[in-house]
Amino acid sequence: MDKGPHGHVERPSWSPYDNNGGTAVAVAGEDYCVIAADTRMSTGFSILTRDHTKLFKVSDKCVLASAGFQADAKTLQKTLDARHQQYQHKHNKEISCPAMAQLLSNTLYYKRFFPYYTFNLLGGLDNEGKGCVYTYDAIGSYERTGYSCQGSGQQLVMPVLDNQLKSASPLVLPAVSSATPLSEAEAMDLIKDTFASAGERDIYTGDAVEIIIINRKGIRKEVLPLKKD
Amino acid sequence: MLGPAPGPPAAHVPYAGESSVPGAAGHKFDVPVDGPAKHTNDPYVTGTSVLGIKYKDGVLIAADTLASYGSTIRYKSIERLHKVNDHTLLGASGEISDYQYISNLLEELATDDFNHDDGLQLNPKEIYAYLTRVLYNRRNKFDPLWNSLVIGGVKNGKSFLGVVGMIGAAYEDDHVATGFGNHLARPIFRSEHRPDMTEDEGVALLEKCLRVLYYRDKQSINKVQVAKVTEKGIEISRPYALASEWSYQAFVDPTKGAEGSW
Repeated sequence: MDKGPHGHVERPSWSPYDNNGGTAVAVAGEDYCVIAADTRMSTGFSILTRDHTKLFKVSDKCVLASAGFQADAKTLQKTLDARHQQYQHKHNKEISCPAMAQLLSNTLYYKRFFPYYTFNLLGGLDNEGKGCVYTYDAIGSYERTGYSCQGSGQQLVMPVLDNQLKSASPLVLPAVSSATPLSEAEAMDLIKDTFASAGERDIYTGDAVEIIIINRKGIRKEVLPLKKD
Repeated sequence: MLGPAPGPPAAHVPYAGESSVPGAAGHKFDVPVDGPAKHTNDPYVTGTSVLGIKYKDGVLIAADTLASYGSTIRYKSIERLHKVNDHTLLGASGEISDYQYISNLLEELATDDFNHDDGLQLNPKEIYAYLTRVLYNRRNKFDPLWNSLVIGGVKNGKSFLGVVGMIGAAYEDDHVATGFGNHLARPIFRSEHRPDMTEDEGVALLEKCLRVLYYRDKQSINKVQVAKVTEKGIEISRPYALASEWSYQAFVDPTKGAEGSW
């Protein structure tokens, strides 16, 4: 083994975690939800691939976006998919978005002492057909909101969303709807702008953004190219 | 009072080599039955970069044949390209013994497929998904398999090319490289690679990148193999030497023109 610059033998070491970067944004309206994530996958200063999706379609009414460590995100998706399969066999229907939100929280907390290093957003329509966004930390704390963002561009995007969409406190009485007042088209424009902006300053965000739109007509996807630098 | 303190007798801990027959030979070695768990906490004999590209008829994967021991050139003819089945090829960088273990796992899977006698074989994406889980589960045990693996293949007219890292992070792309190759080969791929390249163009591109790696990666040598996966099957070349050029003036006399240098 080589003697390192500090005079002693240096051996390779490893960490069970990596941060593969990425940003996810979601906005909910009265009758729609838009959820988006960029497609860059990085490690350190290297880009591994420019075309890696961070979005996972749980059902026609529920989509998960995960930034952070890719291997944990993939495992989380496989776990949730298996649980959803069991749910469908048991109940003969697809899981609702609020139920999947609780399941995701439990799944994350189950690994509280060796966590999934993932930063998640769950978007979709609730049982009333209203747009919903659930935002998480890595160990399962979660909250239903009208808009949120997660991942490496969070610090850049969140203040912009707050400025454009300031929502009522969830504590206010009588309760105010968590959905934003934006139209679907306005939400799309806002999300495209946040990714173009995050891509300017965050090296872990770029290449392209995948945007999934869920409304009463169904579910569709758009892809917007971003700068590759 | 003499003798042991009153209370329950201390539990007898058995040792390896200790006989259960009283008075028999082989009494008490100092090795506990369950010794400390053994983990590969650092790699010993390693292979460097593996390169892979998609091309017109399928996938090309290349690697040199060196297995290093630290910075020692230890084994110069270790083949790191492995035929998994008729349409899947594996290229391995990292710890060679872990790669040989992984080869054994894949050999068992292929044998199971053969014994079913239905002609079916796991497709490249299934092999990739399997290896992703194997490496991720080992990292969960804090006992990783110290490898970056390139998986390439063709099935039903679809090319597949992907990488799995030692902690289970995995991705697919039109061109991939492990280790140093990520820094030195992929920028060349990004400017020169097309998915519709011919075999000759693809091999030329891989050889160019292997040569760049040979000049700058001290854990590489110029003895290489290139493998081809197409719909028709897999061909792994015999190891061959890449020509290199060391007679440039800057190599011959690197300090010429640097006044005062020795």
